[in-house]
Amino acid sequence: MDFALAPEDRMVAETVRDFAQTEIAPGAAERDRDGIFDLEIFRKMGELGLLGLPIAERYGGAGGTYLQYAIAVEEVSRVCASTGLSFAAHVSLGVGSLNLLGSEQQKERYLVPAARGEFLAAFGLTEPGAGSDAGGTRTVARAVEGGFVLSGAKSFITNAVSAGVTVVTAVTDPGKGTRGITAFLVPRGTEGFHPSAAYDKMGMRASETAEIELRDVFVPDDAMIGGRGEGLHGFLEVLDAGRISIGAIGVGIAQASLDASLRYAGEREQFGSKIGSFQAIQFKLADMAMEVEMARTLVQKAAWLKDQHQPFGQVSAMAKLFASEAAMRAASQAIQIHGGSGYIREYPVERYLRDAKLLEIGEGTSEIQRLVIARGLGLR
Amino acid sequence: MNVVVLVKQVPDTATRIKVSSGGVEIDPRGVNYVMNPYDEFAVEEALRVKELHGGQVTVLTVGGEKADEALRTALAMGADEAVRVSADAKDPLTTARAIASVVRELGPDLVIAGKQAVDDDQGQVGSLVAALLDWPQVTVVTELELSPEGGVAEREVEGGVEVVEFSLPAVLTAQKGLNEPRYASLPGIMKAKRKEIRQVAVDAAVTGEPVLRTTALHVPEERSAGIILRDMDAAALAKELVRLLHEEAKLI
Ligand SMILES: Cc1cc2nc3c(=O)[nH]c(=O)nc-3n(C[C@H](O)[C@H](O)[C@H](O)COP(=O)(O)OP(=O)(O)OC[C@H]3O[C@@H](n4cnc5c(N)ncnc54)[C@H](O)[C@@H]3O)c2cc1C
Ligand SMILES: Cc1cc2nc3c(=O)[nH]c(=O)nc-3n(C[C@H](O)[C@H](O)[C@H](O)COP(=O)(O)OP(=O)(O)OC[C@H]3O[C@@H](n4cnc5c(N)ncnc54)[C@H](O)[C@@H]3O)c2cc1C
Repeated sequence: MDFALAPEDRMVAETVRDFAQTEIAPGAAERDRDGIFDLEIFRKMGELGLLGLPIAERYGGAGGTYLQYAIAVEEVSRVCASTGLSFAAHVSLGVGSLNLLGSEQQKERYLVPAARGEFLAAFGLTEPGAGSDAGGTRTVARAVEGGFVLSGAKSFITNAVSAGVTVVTAVTDPGKGTRGITAFLVPRGTEGFHPSAAYDKMGMRASETAEIELRDVFVPDDAMIGGRGEGLHGFLEVLDAGRISIGAIGVGIAQASLDASLRYAGEREQFGSKIGSFQAIQFKLADMAMEVEMARTLVQKAAWLKDQHQPFGQVSAMAKLFASEAAMRAASQAIQIHGGSGYIREYPVERYLRDAKLLEIGEGTSEIQRLVIARGLGLR
Repeated sequence: MNVVVLVKQVPDTATRIKVSSGGVEIDPRGVNYVMNPYDEFAVEEALRVKELHGGQVTVLTVGGEKADEALRTALAMGADEAVRVSADAKDPLTTARAIASVVRELGPDLVIAGKQAVDDDQGQVGSLVAALLDWPQVTVVTELELSPEGGVAEREVEGGVEVVEFSLPAVLTAQKGLNEPRYASLPGIMKAKRKEIRQVAVDAAVTGEPVLRTTALHVPEERSAGIILRDMDAAALAKELVRLLHEEAKLI
């Protein structure tokens, strides 16, 4: 057993930390306040090689590992979780689908530019009537001469307005339940494909979240990805991997909460002493530090298992669940430690709490993670 | 134009330093090591020289295996080759002798070093290497322009700028402001991992005897807490402040 990061893993961490500090941290508060999704940041992330970090060089990626990617998501999210979310949705879900399930031709056309950062990728599974239960998918794909016609609606899809390509799930074979769902690649600008970022969100306000209206969208046969009827089951590994990245966002937020709280507790005086000298505050900080360490260890273990080509679904569900709940607790305690100041926007900790809440919902709610873990224990 | 960049691995300035039990070295345990920040300017400048004039960038360090990380950082930024020199380097002079012997062999047109390493702040190595090679040296460079025969450099001097001309080969030391170092790209990091680091041993006959010996290393004493004057009107405050500055701090 070896818990040490390799030198190149540490280099990735340092490079991304540096980059995040200088390129992403400035303006994070304003982007959150005004709900601005800044594509310029993603252009720079692409230049650095972040947007294809765990993808092989021959497909336009940096040739890194999933562990390095998890570290990168943590570092980005530590300064701006919204950017972390769009980064994670792009790499884990969009690029991840293309990498795992795309044909050679689909990889050439979409994976290479997406991994190089020429455009973002999105993954559209959720619908108004199908959140936790993908079986409720109503978007249909009607087979026609040379392809399919998609119609329906998607909700809460990260990056979908800006994305160069969106993976869209639709029912091709009604009556077959989740085995009747198929995924398609829909490039930006396809006729009838109308994404709009209209949500006024509680948190993750600088991440683009879109509704998509699909009005008779024609896609050719070769737009199908992962095989007919595999739109859900074929993508389970993609979703499992996505959970690692959501966990990594949680680690980033929890770490940021700890950083801010340590700083504040070392400055703020009440009753003639720094509040950091009060045991009540020290215990909070100790618990936060412990949970950050636990969450990070679990997230990195899940990523490591994936890199080792070992089963990682169970651990990634645990990592996602624990890290997102740890982030919530850490952010909440950070506000507590900041007292009244923590409740106002001049300090970043209230943003951490609003951002962290999404992690308990997106890519499978905490309840669904517990279901997944229980299933893994053999419970039905 | 072939450039050799001298880099050193130093403790991250953010890490808390402890002196090891011997009393003359820092305790390396738990210390995070990074490339000396001034060397980052040197690497960046070398890469720019290469981009403008062609040639190769070789990074060189004197140190143990751990120092490979600093070399790999430079490779990830875009340097072509890396050399790690193992030598019994005990002070700036022995270090410089080891470096000079390898540089002579590499025969570059230019050597760029950081103006000083932020760990021991000696600021000697670049200059000593120039002296040992008998090459022109320009220190604390903030701007550089090269032609095939020589160059013009701006140097930071007290309250102003000095412009100097020099012939090649030469040794320059980089000051903050020379450029904005690029990030190591992530594909660069992965490629750097696969690149070979050439190891060169320089023996004791070349490095010779050190002329400096560290006899003690102290961490600065903890500063005592400041005093805040409050609950006084302006006149009383000023009076008390003058008294403290005079009697306690003995500054006025
Ligand atoms: C900012 C943001 C970004 C998102 N990005 C994407 C994206 O890029 N792509 C995408 O496809 N989707 C995305 N989503 C959607 C997200 O994945 C869903 O919101 C999530 O899966 C929950 O679905 P739902 O909102 O329909 O909630 P519901 O499924 O309606 O759940 C409501 C509540 O019921 C609980 N519940 C449901 N079923 C069960 C059960 N069987 N047992 C116990 N409890 C249950 C849930 O845990 C939850 O507490 C995003 C959402 C947000 C808010
Ligand atoms: C929306 C809002 C409305 C408000 N309205 C009013 C109002 O109408 N009138 C009014 O007077 N005030 C009001 N307040 C101020 C509020 O009462 C204070 O914010 C609160 O008393 C905490 O003080 P503080 O913010 O200075 O935090 P601090 O006292 O600095 O506390 C910071 C942290 O240190 C902890 N701490 C402090 N001392 C100790 C100790 N000895 N041992 C252990 N832990 C300690 C605290 O529990 C907290 O976690 C309001 C605040 C807000 C945010």
